[in-house]
Amino acid sequence: MSNQDYLHFHGIQKAFPGVLALDGIDFGLREGSINALVGENGAGKSTLLKILSGAYAPTAGHLELAGRPCQFRSTRDALQAGIAVIYQELNLVPDLSVEENLMLGHMPARFGCIDRAAMRKAVRVELERLGEHIDPTTKVRRLSIAQRQMLEIAKALMLDAKVLAFDEPTSSLTEREVRKLFEVIRDLKRKGCCIIYVSHRLEEIFELCDAVTIFRDGRLVEDRKDMTGVDPAYLVSRMVGRSIENVYSWRPRPMGDFALEVEGLEGRGLRGPASFSVRRGEILGFFGLVGAGRSELMKLLFGASPWSGQVRVNGRPASYHTPRGALGHGIALCPEDRKNEGIFAVRSVAENINISVRRTFTRFGFIHPRQEQRNAESFQQRLNIRTPSLAQPIGKLSGGNQQKAILARWLSEDIQVLLMDEPTRGIDVGTKNEIYSIMYELAERGIAVIVVSSDLPEILGVSDRVMVMREGRIVASVDRADATQDLLLRHALPQSEAQAHA
Amino acid sequence: MEPSIEPKDMKRRARSLWEDAGMFLVFAVMFVALAVFVPFFFSVQNMIGLALSVSMVGMVACTMLFCLASGDFDLSVEGTVVLAGVLCAVVMNATGSVTLGVLAGLAGSALVGFLNGAIIAKLKINALITTLAMLYIIRGVSFIVSNGSAVGIGQESFFQLGNGALLGLPNPIWITAVLFVLFGLLLNRTTYGRNTLAIGGNQDAARLAGIPVDRIKIIIFTVQGLVAGAAGIILASRMTSGQPNSSVGFALDVISACVLGGVSLTGGIGTMSGVVVGVLIMGTVQNAMNLMNIPTFYQYLAKGGILLLAVMFDQIKQRKG
Repeated sequence: MSNQDYLHFHGIQKAFPGVLALDGIDFGLREGSINALVGENGAGKSTLLKILSGAYAPTAGHLELAGRPCQFRSTRDALQAGIAVIYQELNLVPDLSVEENLMLGHMPARFGCIDRAAMRKAVRVELERLGEHIDPTTKVRRLSIAQRQMLEIAKALMLDAKVLAFDEPTSSLTEREVRKLFEVIRDLKRKGCCIIYVSHRLEEIFELCDAVTIFRDGRLVEDRKDMTGVDPAYLVSRMVGRSIENVYSWRPRPMGDFALEVEGLEGRGLRGPASFSVRRGEILGFFGLVGAGRSELMKLLFGASPWSGQVRVNGRPASYHTPRGALGHGIALCPEDRKNEGIFAVRSVAENINISVRRTFTRFGFIHPRQEQRNAESFQQRLNIRTPSLAQPIGKLSGGNQQKAILARWLSEDIQVLLMDEPTRGIDVGTKNEIYSIMYELAERGIAVIVVSSDLPEILGVSDRVMVMREGRIVASVDRADATQDLLLRHALPQSEAQAHA
Repeated sequence: MEPSIEPKDMKRRARSLWEDAGMFLVFAVMFVALAVFVPFFFSVQNMIGLALSVSMVGMVACTMLFCLASGDFDLSVEGTVVLAGVLCAVVMNATGSVTLGVLAGLAGSALVGFLNGAIIAKLKINALITTLAMLYIIRGVSFIVSNGSAVGIGQESFFQLGNGALLGLPNPIWITAVLFVLFGLLLNRTTYGRNTLAIGGNQDAARLAGIPVDRIKIIIFTVQGLVAGAAGIILASRMTSGQPNSSVGFALDVISACVLGGVSLTGGIGTMSGVVVGVLIMGTVQNAMNLMNIPTFYQYLAKGGILLLAVMFDQIKQRKG
């Protein structure tokens, strides 16, 4: 180990019943540097962050902070030692105000009462320093995700945190918010903080980070102190242990007649009538910033909220106002928020797959367990769903395997149009590849696939055509041949900003 | 994929057996111990008495299982039991017809259940509050209809329902057993049952999976009302009157039995066999305490203690899993 390291992991091991989540992790981090942690889901990054934050105790090994070995018994211990972990799912109390959240656990008191004035002043100073103009008395519920994230950072800084770890901080931010976050992180670096940055978005890592540590299957496979000679393809190959030539591997496909034609669709979340169509065998991308109305449009098409306008499926007018009705016309949705809208976490994998199709398996009103089992087994094999057993509660699987199970749910049905909202969010590189292959296979079978994504490279990589949405309207339709990151972004940004961007 | 230390198949199998059948084992051990140590416990007469004493809770636990599994609650069942009994008695006395009386009781209780379901599903009001309000309302209606006192029943043939026997076993036991089997089949073998569990597991996902969530909720509560009503009518038959003051705390007895049987209060998890065991444990403990002449006041302590232990036991099991 080097003496310059501010934080050092010494032979960290963490075992869970039946699984070694981390083994022999040994590396160090310097002051004033931004260190990326990369690896597929389940590689052990989250477990390491939890050990760092004091949420887990390592089975073996220890941390060393500023040359002193330390053992945290709780997250409070870690915070007091100056370590703050900012999780993807933020830890704020939505119904308390900004100031109350920031001072939670250490509110200034005078004569036993909370000293509101002192609290407000301290909070205001800290927020100004981050360049955020938020009223300290606002309820956190009313803030955007980006603002909440800034609050988490402010909270850490108010406790004089020296080590800050970010877990997928940009997964739900807009491009502009990402810029701002990066500025703040760079500023923290200049102030000598030791920063850990976990992200699936490799381009961010190359833009932001000084060093990178690669994990695979609970082990450290490489620890680079500088980024020279490292490129995304190399990182990916080290992460998955093999090289992935082209993540998207798109090929031209024959297309048929219109599978879905939408004219003058209006409903919640849209600011103007939406019209578009998609052919059998086509993969149509929907790009836009968060809040542009893409997910809302998908929900409307799936009948999850009421709409007006004209929808034709395979040339025939379709009218429905529930997801059940949409399914009757062969339209299915893989929702963006898998955990809350997609899976039944406590139910088995098989149950999650068969939930919708089983109504067609019934005889005299009774379901057919063997037919269900066969259906689940065939999809487990076809989509390569990795699970110890089909009886396993699906909540215990990785995001990628959950997504595959939801795909299996819809592939069991006779669908014409598949809507996929952020199909690979939070899914590791290797599994992403498999999801894309499934998409291509479906399109080849003549299904129209609509993909919503905030990930520009993904949209460019898989779509035959891209619709761009901005502020609740469809503003452009771009063919694959003409689509570039720049063009799509220019359409997607609010007009005043687009000019600034150009 | 995470590396596994080494497969310990035997241990895992033992654990899964324990998880699936843990409560049943507890019950079996308890039952054998009581049979050995408590005189008269394992006599034919006491066994029939025991089964009869749990029949009311058992019947309503069948539908409460569906209610809890779908992530809801129903506190109004004790009111429904009373309402059905009183309605049945009043209509029977007025018309002289047993059939009309029974139908009135069933119709009234099904209506209560339907209203519960419609309000919860369509107006999206919390089930706890809805059914609590409904409980007050139907208790009130029962008092009004009965003028606040027990309504005696004159039709001798009606008493046959609750007091008659088939092959030596009283009718209520047969009815309860049939309901156990029927609702067990419904839960495991029909889309209705599986969808119920799915709704409890994740209501939003259920809707987006094409499940008619509102309709199923309304059905769950309507059936709940209907079965509670049937239990109320049988009770009226056994007591030869409709009693507006009876059944206080019955809803909580039913919910306790379900929880004891491993039904999750947050929904999505529950089995019929578990509920049967839960009902039997509750009934057996009470029966044994009666045989041992333990005063009623102390029996409450035991009941509460058992419930707490069961829930803690369940927590520990889940944390390990």
